[in-house]
Amino acid sequence: MRSHSARFLSVGITAVALSAALAACSSNSSTSSAPSPKSKTPIVIGTSLSLTGDFSTDGLAFEKGYELWAHDVNAAGGLLGHPVKLIVLNNASSPTTVDTNYTQLISTDHVNLTFGPFSSLLTTPAEAVAARNGYAFIEGAGGAPTVFSAPSNLADHNVFDVSLPIADTIVPFAKYLASLPASQRPKTAAYPMADDPFGYPPVQAAQKIMAAAGIKTVYSKIFPEEEVDYAPAADNVAAAKPDVVVLGSTDVPTVAAFMKAFQQQHYVPKYFVCAAGPDQGAAFISAVGVGNADGMMVPNGWYPGVTNAASKKMVAEYVAKYGGSPSGVNSDVAEAYSVGQVAAQAVTATGGTDNAKIIAYLHSGVTLTSVQGPVKFDSLGENGLLTAYIFQWQNGKYVQVLPLGAPGTVKLLAPKPAWTSG
Amino acid sequence: MATELLHAVVNGVLGGGVYALMAVGLTLIFGVLDIINIAQGVMVVLGAYLSYALSVHLHIDLFLGLLITVPAMFIIGVAIQWAFIRPLRGSERTAMSLLASYAVAIIIEGLLYLFFGASDVTLTAPYSNSTVSMFGFYVPDIEIGGFVLAAAMVGVLYLLLYRTRFGKSVRATMQDRTAALLVGIDVNRVGALTYGIGVSVTAIGGMIFGATGPPFNPNSGYDLISRLLALIILAGLGSVGGALVASVFMLTVEAIVDIWQPTWAVAVFYAAIVIVLLVRPVGLFGRQAARAQ
Repeated sequence: MRSHSARFLSVGITAVALSAALAACSSNSSTSSAPSPKSKTPIVIGTSLSLTGDFSTDGLAFEKGYELWAHDVNAAGGLLGHPVKLIVLNNASSPTTVDTNYTQLISTDHVNLTFGPFSSLLTTPAEAVAARNGYAFIEGAGGAPTVFSAPSNLADHNVFDVSLPIADTIVPFAKYLASLPASQRPKTAAYPMADDPFGYPPVQAAQKIMAAAGIKTVYSKIFPEEEVDYAPAADNVAAAKPDVVVLGSTDVPTVAAFMKAFQQQHYVPKYFVCAAGPDQGAAFISAVGVGNADGMMVPNGWYPGVTNAASKKMVAEYVAKYGGSPSGVNSDVAEAYSVGQVAAQAVTATGGTDNAKIIAYLHSGVTLTSVQGPVKFDSLGENGLLTAYIFQWQNGKYVQVLPLGAPGTVKLLAPKPAWTSG
Repeated sequence: MATELLHAVVNGVLGGGVYALMAVGLTLIFGVLDIINIAQGVMVVLGAYLSYALSVHLHIDLFLGLLITVPAMFIIGVAIQWAFIRPLRGSERTAMSLLASYAVAIIIEGLLYLFFGASDVTLTAPYSNSTVSMFGFYVPDIEIGGFVLAAAMVGVLYLLLYRTRFGKSVRATMQDRTAALLVGIDVNRVGALTYGIGVSVTAIGGMIFGATGPPFNPNSGYDLISRLLALIILAGLGSVGGALVASVFMLTVEAIVDIWQPTWAVAVFYAAIVIVLLVRPVGLFGRQAARAQ
């Protein structure tokens, strides 16, 4: 009897604990707190974001971008007069959970539209769920080639990435180095890449150009994305002492770990460019320190200082709503906001939320607008109109340094300044 | 190449010492209570966050802060054992403990998100980037300090287990819980104290993990627990010495493989464990051998 009671008690405690914990942190569902027109039924938009886990910095920034857009739309009277309601589920940065989330959003919540998650890794399983259910999948952070060549997209053409395709993002940097006179051109380069569909395509494209320009490859390896400690890979790069490091990173922790290991090995590359991480604004600076950020480069299609009027308005609204400074605004915010803008234009043009009509409209060759710039999709949903820029941290400011001669470009800081204590 | 190899070995030994400390807590808890504490990885992260809070808000040095975080984690451990583990009884106890400790992990993770947010943080100190030059490469002072502390703590735990009356009670409980009860050992008290000790070492492991590893967030514990479980299985469940040997061995193997092919490093880590278990199913220092130490 005692044993039975004790077991019942333990089961009860566990069940209560699990329920409480799940309610507290696991599947965080939220709706926009924006003012909304109340006369009509809402247009419900579902998304799955990395509110916890490895991509949480990006996921939370994406959530802010979506919320900011929904707030602005509702403040302006909604979409076709309907208020916009966002349902955000937490995928905990898991490709398995993202699949479940979109199934729930479509099958249970019956959302009208789906917006993409953060990262190519999570977009690939998510787009397949959307395709199976006939949904357009407008996203802003799934730019890896594997996203566009996924079987579901090849069959249904339902993916629309409003941001810059990633494969060629570091090319302006590689071309810049190749264009330098031989006497000024770096001699050696290292290419450590995270085992992620986002991590290696842009690095390999850059390596091809730099190797052809005579820059010797001294390290070119893929390391596991789920690494607990990146120090061994970073130490091996430092041991090779290359002039240039092109890091195929996906997030801030990876970049911070490499920077820390380089600092501890007393090694400072002359040029250090990362596929992602330094574009995370305040999150990057708080992880590595203002001094160490100096000279760090990252490709992107947008930055907080862009002169686009819609972008300026969004940045000002973001600072007013969430605080901080314009230079601290994460580029994920702009990517998410752009998703909303493109969806809004499609809904308005097609007169509703019929996903088949939206897919046809977005593939019609129409040029749309966003805070990141113009958007026009090819047959696989890549946006071919955005230009890749290279940005660099200089004295706490995030500035555009490449391509040379482009409007807004300032002088590239090289060699990278020495590491500081923070 | 010789320098790289040497560097990998040094990295493996230093990292292995820290993993050993985290794994010892896990293996002790299993040995005495026959439960797998899935929450151990999250406990390590909790330990790191406690050090972070003391460092950032009270400006207490990372190592000095352990004087606060270790007792705090001990109390947390005893409380968790009392609330979640002690009520478990019967033949399904071990299986139920998996669920209970997973629930504990989720609760702690949720609380960490609540108090610290989801952004990555890192532990820093004025000496974070100080290094010692050896054999053509640099070794961070904090990693050496962390290793010395971890090795010392493993030694202290060993002495506690094999040179004290309490240790005798622990080992008796590990060998036969019913017999220990019959000879007058308060197995509930032993269980609570052992769980507390097993959790308290994560304060040290967490501090070193947070100060030497990449930035961490409340979710970082899940990457750790799979490794810790693999290490104690390789060592032989319940073996303190085995945890030290297995951790140093596996971290060194991983660091060496990393030189040639980083993507294989993790695979080799787990493949080596499979091979060892095929040859010796009870692990390097299997349960019987461990309890005869």
